[in-house]
Amino acid sequence: MKHLLSTADLDAATATEILDIATEMASVSGREIKKLPTLRGRTVVNLFYEDSTRTRISFEAAAKRLSADVINFSAKGSSVEKGESLKDTAWTLQAMGADAVVIRHPASGAPHRLANWVTGSVLNAGDGTHEHPTQALLDAYTMRSRMGRLDGLHVAIVGDVLHSRVARSNVLLLNTLGAKVTLVGPPTLVPTDLNASVQVAYDLDAVLPQADVVMMLRVQKERMTDSYFPSAREYSRRYGLDGARLRRMPAHGIVMHPGPMNRGMEITPEVADSPRSTIVEQVTNGVSVRMACLYLLLGGAR
Amino acid sequence: MTAVRRTPVTDILIRNARVLGGEPTDLLLRGGVIAEIGAGLAADGAEVVDGTGLVALPGLVDLHTHLREPGREDAETVYTGSRAAALGGYTAVCAMANTSPVADTAGVVEQVYRLGQEAGLVDVQPIGAVTVGLAGERLAELGAMADSAARVRIFSDDGFCVADPRLMRRALEYVKAFDGVIAQHAEEPRLTQGAQMHEGDVSARLGLTGWPAVAEESIIARDVLLAGHVGARLHVCHVSTAGSVEIIRMAKARGVRVTAEVTPHHLLLTHEKAESYDPVYKVNPPLRTDADVEALREGLRDGTIDIVATDHAPHAAEDKECEWAYARPGMLGLETALPIVLDVLGEDWPLIAERMSYAPARIAGLDGHGNALVAGAPANLTLVDPTVRWDVDPTGLASLSHNTPYAGMTVPGRIVATFLRGVPTVLDGKVQK
Repeated sequence: MKHLLSTADLDAATATEILDIATEMASVSGREIKKLPTLRGRTVVNLFYEDSTRTRISFEAAAKRLSADVINFSAKGSSVEKGESLKDTAWTLQAMGADAVVIRHPASGAPHRLANWVTGSVLNAGDGTHEHPTQALLDAYTMRSRMGRLDGLHVAIVGDVLHSRVARSNVLLLNTLGAKVTLVGPPTLVPTDLNASVQVAYDLDAVLPQADVVMMLRVQKERMTDSYFPSAREYSRRYGLDGARLRRMPAHGIVMHPGPMNRGMEITPEVADSPRSTIVEQVTNGVSVRMACLYLLLGGAR
Repeated sequence: MTAVRRTPVTDILIRNARVLGGEPTDLLLRGGVIAEIGAGLAADGAEVVDGTGLVALPGLVDLHTHLREPGREDAETVYTGSRAAALGGYTAVCAMANTSPVADTAGVVEQVYRLGQEAGLVDVQPIGAVTVGLAGERLAELGAMADSAARVRIFSDDGFCVADPRLMRRALEYVKAFDGVIAQHAEEPRLTQGAQMHEGDVSARLGLTGWPAVAEESIIARDVLLAGHVGARLHVCHVSTAGSVEIIRMAKARGVRVTAEVTPHHLLLTHEKAESYDPVYKVNPPLRTDADVEALREGLRDGTIDIVATDHAPHAAEDKECEWAYARPGMLGLETALPIVLDVLGEDWPLIAERMSYAPARIAGLDGHGNALVAGAPANLTLVDPTVRWDVDPTGLASLSHNTPYAGMTVPGRIVATFLRGVPTVLDGKVQK
């Protein structure tokens, strides 16, 4: 595997291998000295065209725990603000000897373009409304460690699926790993032609009793002013996860959220902070999963 | 560059060409017209062009070309675009108005017209903007452009839709005074905000904002009703959906004076091309589905769609070598149009002549073009070798830009020679200036 651009590129064996390696990496994170020499002398560039504290720090921690040299390149205050194109930036990184570029970009497909212009590996850390593969992998990792399996699991993904890169990557990966996915949200925000085998539902209450996992998606502020739904209040009432709805789920069911949350909008504090919520675990697991991805792309091939 | 030679200095005798694929015959071009046509004509001092194995077509006419001058001379100029056109078998092109400054005054259309005359390779007929600055707010001085030296008859805000129904109605009505036609870029702007590609399963998967078919169809439906209401002529640019074909078919059956065009790329390519995220496939309207392509082909064959127009849209490398969402929409078309149409329609030469020469000349009101190749007709024609298949090489094209979606494809049909009023603009596949 050269690049990680889309979860569609992962077959079940490769995806499972990443999760298995992540389990080993997690044991490193539990040690007093949280470091492996695997990527010593290799350079990982974090190329971030969008602000993302969580993902950037997670990738940075992952690369550092594998002893790679990390360069953080943020579009703000950089040559990008002076009008440098992605292609020219790519050539600059190439000239500096980047072995891997982790890219976060507001335009869908930017990592695919970048992969044409650099010789190193490209890791998609979220591109526009397209995909966020490492998020899906850490979600799968979290589900597997909580539920013990992925095959046959029923996962409901709730909210703004249309604009969600997290949802797209999850749908593809969960399909590959044998989970059953139901997309839930107002019809304005749920695409009906995602190609993967998914169910679509508009009534959250009807879905909850069968859901082993409920994944809540963040609702962006701009959706509220563009007639996707009438008001934040109506959205919360129909699609927000509160305590009463949590109790409709099976007793073993878990609640996930990729963060950052709109507390009180798509999820109430009661649910977000409950023991059934995996939100903090997801962040922890993110580092292990990203270590596994960097290891496979950079170390494993040697 | 020298000014166009109005009368050719030498006569040309084309030997053994097959007019519209018929029996081989000779054509003598003299004084800008086809002086004689028939077997075994005497050379009589004329320069002889061997037409053996070649098909003679009336010079092609493109109703939809972006020449980028004035404003983006780094992407194309009237001269370089004229070269591309001649090499594609064209003798006339209609230059779209979305230049910088916009062709919304007599001054700008006359400038483009004059540049075309100076290039002297094809007749460049400027199209005027419908609204000032293409802003869709108030009418440009349509009459002044019509009365100018450029004699503008087609008006279009192409790139933008004349979305305001009242303004569209006024424009349709107003140009009746000089037998003008409004060429509409049918795209309901509120339904295509931020749109990047055809709305469907591929856009859903790629996370690119969808450009729904209904955004085109709803405007065409409205416009044919408006044109019918005021008894005006409407031309629909680059029809791209099966639903649009159906609406135009119904409108024609009702007697509405509507004509329509389809581009070569909408006859061949589909939205799956976007999966590469390579913006060379980004175009407006976007590439659509197989079912749409099928309906467009059928519409072109049965006459619902009157013409093939290229929507030749050159773009500088930096406007395409970037993220999909930031790239400009558009594709080159002039040098590959006939090969793609040949590929799609087969060697139905009379149909090709109708869709790519006669009908576009009629719609544009270009009397000197789109005439059957008979004695006395203007000597605007092109010679095609249908047996040659060639590989499209972006850097081998005459256009200043390289954004062809057919790179690496092998296409049928090579333009061997083109004549503008008896003057060779292309000979042996080489442009003559």
